[in-house]
Amino acid sequence: MENNAEKTIITVVGKDTVGIIAKVCTYLSENKINVLDISQTIVSGYFNMMMIVDRSAATKSFADCQKELDVLGEEIGVSIKCQRAEIFDMMHRI
Amino acid sequence: MINRYEVFETNNMVEHENLDVRTITIGISLLECIDSDLNKLNENIYNRITTVAKDLASVGEKIEREFGIPIVNKRISVTPIALVGGSACKKPEDFVTIAKTLDRAAETVGANLIGGYSALVSKGMTTADEMLIRSIPKALCSTQRVCSSVNLASTKTGINMDAVKLMGEILLEVAEESKDRDSVDCMKLVVFCNAPDDNPFMAGAFHGVTEADAIINVGVSGPGVVKTALEKVRGENFEVLCETIKKTAFKVTRVGQLVAQEASRQLGIPFGIVDLSLAPTPAVGDSVADILCEIGLEYAGAPGTTAALALLNDQVKKGGVMASSYVGGLSGAFIPVSEDQGMINAVEAGAITLEKLEAMTCVCSVGLDMIAIPGDTKATTISGIIADEMALGMINQKTTAARLIPVIGKGVGESVEFGGLFGYAPIMPVNQFSCDDFINRGGRIPAPIHSFKN
Repeated sequence: MENNAEKTIITVVGKDTVGIIAKVCTYLSENKINVLDISQTIVSGYFNMMMIVDRSAATKSFADCQKELDVLGEEIGVSIKCQRAEIFDMMHRI
Repeated sequence: MINRYEVFETNNMVEHENLDVRTITIGISLLECIDSDLNKLNENIYNRITTVAKDLASVGEKIEREFGIPIVNKRISVTPIALVGGSACKKPEDFVTIAKTLDRAAETVGANLIGGYSALVSKGMTTADEMLIRSIPKALCSTQRVCSSVNLASTKTGINMDAVKLMGEILLEVAEESKDRDSVDCMKLVVFCNAPDDNPFMAGAFHGVTEADAIINVGVSGPGVVKTALEKVRGENFEVLCETIKKTAFKVTRVGQLVAQEASRQLGIPFGIVDLSLAPTPAVGDSVADILCEIGLEYAGAPGTTAALALLNDQVKKGGVMASSYVGGLSGAFIPVSEDQGMINAVEAGAITLEKLEAMTCVCSVGLDMIAIPGDTKATTISGIIADEMALGMINQKTTAARLIPVIGKGVGESVEFGGLFGYAPIMPVNQFSCDDFINRGGRIPAPIHSFKN
């Protein structure tokens, strides 16, 4: 995969409410983080989303994004995790 | 492209099954520090460690954050101090000053533990080796982070029985020095047969003389992940069981490989090995004994335990070897008693004895580990237990070890609390029959016939 170092997985888990995707995507677009893929589902009222994003043009550092997404998650009432994609590639691909 | 199920599977392992990287250990050669002046030697050692490992803690935390995988310990291993201090140290107290320097350096760089207060005496002891061994009680009791190990035997050299005898006495001295704290300093001391040069796990880590200037070794963990995977194949046959362990071990080890590569890149230090060991903690769901129960035993120690552990150990290696470019260290399953709630339960239920544990060490990665024994156990009896463990390693061409804790003032039926990752241990009974005349013979046991392969 090209640009692997900048490829990041964002997972959002929590009680479903209006506007979760909108708020997360607004944050990403404000910080020039490009969404490559979204997969989302709701299981018995619980919102479950995974996004693959490209941070190569991002205006903020990884650590800052992580902290701000944490805060945003608290505001919405969900947990937002932000991890470099290699850990999943390594574990699930030979 | 990564899919949602894979992402949630990985995160679930971290959040609910205690998947973590147990340790990033930087191995540092101290050979270049050698000086005949003790003060200069101490200064060189401090400077060398604090230079090479200065970013250890910060890089560890950065990797932890970016990948979302906990890294429990950041550690350092150094060249066996008996070699480094041989020229400068004239008495055991001189070696203690080096232990204090190691402790200070580890504290400065934020390392949890530092290993390598060691001597390699599998065939004979130099004057320096013997002085270092005699300094161990004072060294461990006057430091927080220093770990000590002594290699007493190997398949190539046989067993140094003089050193085995001495270590029985030294262990009791360490216990005595820390008797007001339940003899806890004994857990920072381990004896080996066939000690590996690149082990990242404590207390036995040291940076072998076969190694480069500095190296990154990583130890993974994940008994909880294996246990959870096995819950899904209850009642299936051994083929399914073994395949499941192998696949899970592969996944766990891949995380170690990634962390090792990343730490190596960010610290600018070459990657050494990933140690595949399943390392338990006292946390619920982080137990190797629980895996044995999931395989089908009522308690660890029941008949069938050795076979179950043998297959577990072998499948972990088979899955792990393919997941990493270099595998080393101890690589297998650890069976420490105090650090594994399932093992503690087995002891308390009377399911497991010292003798069964000894049998289990024939087929797992290390040996008699974190076992509390009565404080009035004789030195020769401790040496006898050590000699048995050394013989298993020597004949089976594998690493074996003994980390025993004679708890001064306590006996069978009582227990001892070590705190944190080290857990607690019920004191186990020891065979009361004497081996005095055997231990007091002196000399060494020759190398076994199958060591002559040239």
